Amino acid sequence: MKVAVIGAGPAGTRAVETLLAHGISPVWLEESADGGGRIYQRPPAPLARDHRTLYGFEAKRAAALHSAFDAARSRADWRPQTLVWHIRPSTRQLHTVSQGQQAVVDYHAAILCTGAMDRVIPIPGWTHPGVTSLGAAQIALKSQGCAIGQRPVFLGSGPLLWLVAYQYAKAGAPPAAVLDTTPFATKLAATPGLLRGGATFAKGLFYITWLRAHGIPIAEGVSPIAIDGAEDGVTALRWRDAAGREHRTECDALGLGWGLRPEAQLADLAGIPFRFDAVQHNWIPERDLAGRTPVAHHYLAGDGAGIGGAEMAELAGRRAALAVLQNARTPIDTAAAAALDRKLAAGQKFRVALERAFPFPAKLAASLPDDTILCRCEGLRAADIRATAMVDYHAGVAPELNRAKAFSRAGMGRCQGRLCGAATAEVLAAALGQPVEAIGRLRGQPPVKPIPIAAA
Amino acid sequence: MKLHRLRDAARPAIALQLDGQGIVAQQGDTLLTALLAGGAGHLRRSDFGDESRAGFCLMGACQDCWVTVEGLGRVRACATPAGPGMVVHRG
Amino acid sequence: MSTPVETAEVIILGGGGAGCSTALHLAQRGVRAVLLERGLVGGQASGVNYGGVRQQGRNPAELPIARRSREIWGRLPEIIGTDAEFSETGHLKLARNEAEEADLIAYLDTARQHGLPLRMVGRNAIHRDYPWLGPSVLAGSFAPEDGSANPRLLVPAIAKAARAAGAVIHEQTRVTGYYHGAGRFELTAEDGRRFAAPVLVNTGGYWGGAVAAAFGEAVPIQPLNPNMAVTEPIRYFIEPNLGVVGGNVYLRQIPRGNVILGGGHGESEADPANGRPWSRPLAEVTLETLRHAVRLVPALAGVQLIRSWSGIDGQMPDRIPVIGPSRTTPGLFHAFGFSGHGFQLGPAIGAILAELVTEGRSTTPIDAFRIDRFPVAAATAS
Repeated sequence: MKVAVIGAGPAGTRAVETLLAHGISPVWLEESADGGGRIYQRPPAPLARDHRTLYGFEAKRAAALHSAFDAARSRADWRPQTLVWHIRPSTRQLHTVSQGQQAVVDYHAAILCTGAMDRVIPIPGWTHPGVTSLGAAQIALKSQGCAIGQRPVFLGSGPLLWLVAYQYAKAGAPPAAVLDTTPFATKLAATPGLLRGGATFAKGLFYITWLRAHGIPIAEGVSPIAIDGAEDGVTALRWRDAAGREHRTECDALGLGWGLRPEAQLADLAGIPFRFDAVQHNWIPERDLAGRTPVAHHYLAGDGAGIGGAEMAELAGRRAALAVLQNARTPIDTAAAAALDRKLAAGQKFRVALERAFPFPAKLAASLPDDTILCRCEGLRAADIRATAMVDYHAGVAPELNRAKAFSRAGMGRCQGRLCGAATAEVLAAALGQPVEAIGRLRGQPPVKPIPIAAA
Repeated sequence: MKLHRLRDAARPAIALQLDGQGIVAQQGDTLLTALLAGGAGHLRRSDFGDESRAGFCLMGACQDCWVTVEGLGRVRACATPAGPGMVVHRG
Repeated sequence: MSTPVETAEVIILGGGGAGCSTALHLAQRGVRAVLLERGLVGGQASGVNYGGVRQQGRNPAELPIARRSREIWGRLPEIIGTDAEFSETGHLKLARNEAEEADLIAYLDTARQHGLPLRMVGRNAIHRDYPWLGPSVLAGSFAPEDGSANPRLLVPAIAKAARAAGAVIHEQTRVTGYYHGAGRFELTAEDGRRFAAPVLVNTGGYWGGAVAAAFGEAVPIQPLNPNMAVTEPIRYFIEPNLGVVGGNVYLRQIPRGNVILGGGHGESEADPANGRPWSRPLAEVTLETLRHAVRLVPALAGVQLIRSWSGIDGQMPDRIPVIGPSRTTPGLFHAFGFSGHGFQLGPAIGAILAELVTEGRSTTPIDAFRIDRFPVAAATAS
């Protein structure tokens, strides 16, 4: 049986490890040069340093994953720097490009472990150099030993906000401010559920407490107004506190993010149906706990199948590999599979509490000023999207998101709506007076990421 | 955007060129790090306006750090290791 | 209790370019028309096509319609309030060998007979006038009045104008029941809504074949899935809409910089047992198109492809549409199976059908498109 595993983060690594343990050496395709995923991304060799410095509380988990990856890599058909840009489920073929070389990979079963990226709300000025996602701020630090600036502001909501701020302060670039758009009361209300998370919850509290104790300015329930900046950088963030007072915090960089969204384009191209998850406020591909999808022979694991975090991704990767084996009638340890199912189910409950503590601020996105650039690829502003919802629009009203894309070109650029998609949906839904789940989602289109045209 | 080096500042230096200007970087840098820690400020301009851009996600998704390297063609700076002698052009 | 029946003078089935322009022209003539569309208007062939507004190379039988349509294309702003990004860039059809060159020369006569401006760009001129063409190009023929437009805008804009003129357009309305009796058509939608009119216009694209079959005149129609792709924006330098003899690649650049390319076919399931019809581009077809494209325009090497797509059109065996009255059912008129030509022809189709419906004749010759050019197949009204 030929199995293809796409992605070498926590889910992909554990899936491959599990397959290898059952005598199956999969084709393993990864867009970047190394394994570990974004969360446990390793610096290039000249910057190597110990796990404790790089990953803090996650050091043991990171070290374990890296050693699993290193052991699995040599035993699998490991293909780094390989983008899977299209998939044809009917013939079970993956189309890949690596260093400009096209290839086709046949498979009997595929496990898609495509991960996640930051969920972003564009705010006025967000295209200035010096504004990055929270994930980018963390990657700069972990894999390049760099801060995005000497006095960065971190803005957004979710566990990553506090983690990145803590990591920056510890590394010698104390944030000028950490600004959380979620009111304190919302988080407080979610505390009983969060307690299920045990260590995860405790770590989150630790970061916040540590930052306060070290004098880092913190505000909760804030509303961003605009980022000031110029040609080569940002100068300040203007924002409003919970009481409505305006502030201006000088800074030379800004990291922003509101949780994560699945990188699910490949699942979409595989024909897997999606559903709107009201708790995550994301469209996620349909799958069961074991990662089975309605499209036979196609499995999902990790954050690409709905945000669950690295720990859950490892479990899900193992479980999806077992599901592939079960489907092929390969004997597996069914008790181990059942134990994984229990842990995955428990993890989902904690996730619900976490999402309630850090809800996506849909209203913030929906109420962006008209002149805010939404789609940075195509240079489109919120007003351009709102216009497609108006009865006097030259092509008529766009009743759903893909039609608004067709009319306005929002989400048609190089990033395919990865960055603007979440906010564009809120802007359009609000303009149409519809709930966001009623206006659909941007359909994935191949290539998953840009591919170069080869010379003749 | 000025990336601020915090660690390993003493790695061996490599020299690159950006639009005719010398850039001193370090082994192990991505092209994005090399350029933005070396004072490039920005990497490209919006296709549909005059705004400068410098990459946003650092994970190959936002497509806003495309630069041209002589001999390599157009690359995403965040996903390309910096090499000594690279001749780079914005956009 | 049965659902109340919505009545009209004409029901139009299918909201692509042909259907929406029919709705517009009928409404302008004061005819009460109701258009029923299974999805959104312009969602399939007329919305996802290449956007070529091309007369050059058309089947001679289509040229009178193409000429009439081109005249309407030039007046779109006054008719529908937008030009749908129509731009008269000219269409340059390229030959890559002597046989293809002979093909271009032969078409000059056809063009002349139909009053289509067309001139040869010879072996010397082609690389002087278009220095970005690759060495594989031998010659070309240039149609200055051709061009391109944005297919995502055209049909929704026509639909908007049709509504403003009084047409009723129901989207998300999939017709599953067809009945004709006592000079009246009765249609039933999937959700039970019912519609009736003495005249039915079938502009169902690929699915127009099923409508014809429901009235006892099945035709050999196949789904046609153009494989389309677009590049990132680059410096604007390809002004004319480009094609080749044989048609294995066509490409155009818009002033924003994106290059839109097509060639070959994707895949689809046009009549799925469950769910909606789907179509998708095929990776190997996209790559083949890129290979052809970069031979035509070598400067495309290294440019990033950012998106690809397909859609569902209907193709007839002789690659020209069915247009005209039914041979089985009085009051039924067809205009479907455009075989990839519907975008340019669409604006005139409405004018022709409005004539057929209200005057019983067309001022543009349409005899070549009659449905009885196909042998009668056994099929009955459901």
